[in-house]
Amino acid sequence: MNLGRANLDEFGATVLALAEKDRDVLVVTSDSRGSGKLTPFGKALPDQIVEVGIAEQNLVGIAAGLTAAGKKVFAVSPACFLTARSLEQIKNDVCYSNWPVKLIGISAGVSYGALGSTHHSLHDFAVLRAIHNITVVAPADNFETRAALTAALDYPAPVYIRLGKRPMYNLHEPDAHFEFGKAIVLRDGPDVTFVATGETVIIALQAADRLAEEGIRCRVISMHTVKPLDEAALLAAARDSKALVTVEEHSVRGGLGGACAEVLLQAGVHVPFKIIGIPDEYTMTGSQEEIFRHYDITPEGLAQTAVELLAVAAAD
Amino acid sequence: MIKRANTGHTAGSLSSVDILNVLYNRIMGVTPANFDAVARDHYIQSKGHSVEALYTVLADAGFYSAAELDTFSSGGSHWVGHPTRKVPGVEHNTGALGHGLSVAVGLALGMKKDGLPHRVFTLLGDGELAEGSNWEASMTAAHYKLDNLTVIVDRNDLQITGLTEEVMALEPLVDKFRAFGYAVREVNGNDIPELVEALEGVPFVPGKPSLLLAHTVKGRGVSFIENVASWHHHVPSDEEFRLALSELDQAEAALNGAHR
Repeated sequence: MNLGRANLDEFGATVLALAEKDRDVLVVTSDSRGSGKLTPFGKALPDQIVEVGIAEQNLVGIAAGLTAAGKKVFAVSPACFLTARSLEQIKNDVCYSNWPVKLIGISAGVSYGALGSTHHSLHDFAVLRAIHNITVVAPADNFETRAALTAALDYPAPVYIRLGKRPMYNLHEPDAHFEFGKAIVLRDGPDVTFVATGETVIIALQAADRLAEEGIRCRVISMHTVKPLDEAALLAAARDSKALVTVEEHSVRGGLGGACAEVLLQAGVHVPFKIIGIPDEYTMTGSQEEIFRHYDITPEGLAQTAVELLAVAAAD
Repeated sequence: MIKRANTGHTAGSLSSVDILNVLYNRIMGVTPANFDAVARDHYIQSKGHSVEALYTVLADAGFYSAAELDTFSSGGSHWVGHPTRKVPGVEHNTGALGHGLSVAVGLALGMKKDGLPHRVFTLLGDGELAEGSNWEASMTAAHYKLDNLTVIVDRNDLQITGLTEEVMALEPLVDKFRAFGYAVREVNGNDIPELVEALEGVPFVPGKPSLLLAHTVKGRGVSFIENVASWHHHVPSDEEFRLALSELDQAEAALNGAHR
């Protein structure tokens, strides 16, 4: 695996390439072109960037109106504000009205680290999962970012894509298949499955490496689309494995783990199961890496959880 | 519609129906035939609760049969108590207040980018001006010099709790709109010739969004509903319904007499 760039940098380059080919592609920003890696876009295509100032509710309403005028709109704002302050605009003006706006949540999860909980989005999966008619995506690497943006361009319904700001390892071959709602199995093994999303997928892979040294073989799934969930891939994994661990940069309430639990329990599939994410609290102060370490969202922490769940499975 | 469904927003629909009548029958060129095109005039109703006025005008404009209105708010009907795009002729789903203006600004901006000559009209209630998002959108409209946008405010002075000036004072409203960059005109919003004259004159000033402050009477046309806050979404009793229709019939007869 080689180290790529931040998914946000990949976004800036991809959306510029898409917009150069299609003058109907617009980006709308709320004083966020710098943090959205859109400064080169603004210089290259000044007519295709719309600034609304620090006004996130307005950002989303305007994005809906521009879409009604036939534009292909990427509405770009920090995930923490976009999915909280503008939530009613997302619900009514985008999803209920069915304007296929592409909502880009930048510096998602705890990417903003020590800026604190005002700047964290640990609620976005949970609130958006409860809103009808939106696809929720957390790319794990540059390939998934590029593929998700390209798929969103002409997708006939709203899409939310959350992106982080630290460089990501490339997990896929360039010709890998990407489709909303279709999980990607990165590694296979019969013992434990990690179902991870976004920037935690690499951590799950590293945990699988550690476990392999102990003879424990893992399946690792990149569940890039949190909604709609790939239920078939999840159920197959739960049936094939002795234990299942979900991993996300999100509250343990209502996110990927909650979505998986809903599916598994109602399908009658019972397997030792653990949701790894940020506990129900305002996080300790630190960088994304320090926060992950504090809450054991690390290769060691995930491996330890897997071993504990295997012990539960063996005792059954 | 409201009587049959036993629900609805009676007074606000009566204050704004003259505005809608003028927009759809004199000002905008929106028809069922061109509705799917971007290149036409557009209307977003931010005060979604006056949906009965909109549904009635759209039926008159030929978007659907008036018989559909009998299903208003009934089980399974698309004619919901606030506008949705499932109803032919409705452009955007509204009902939560303070949303329509941003969407209208986006539409107007997109059309300007494409060099289209068409206009965007939006109708706001006065009570909803307390929503801060309206002022965010107003700044954007002025910043981008959207003179293809006309914002009409149904200034009936009432909201559900009482007088707007007692609930949350709006005045001096004209000064506020001017300070936010609008070219402002005031009219009697229940006077058809005044509305026609004003709306035929948009943009009021090239390079500026237009704001038409339409002074209206909530419950206009029915003596015992006019200016009574409790009629916001009060449904008339059988006797009130009979009286209201009789007053409206008399007014219609008087109008027909005047034109004969």
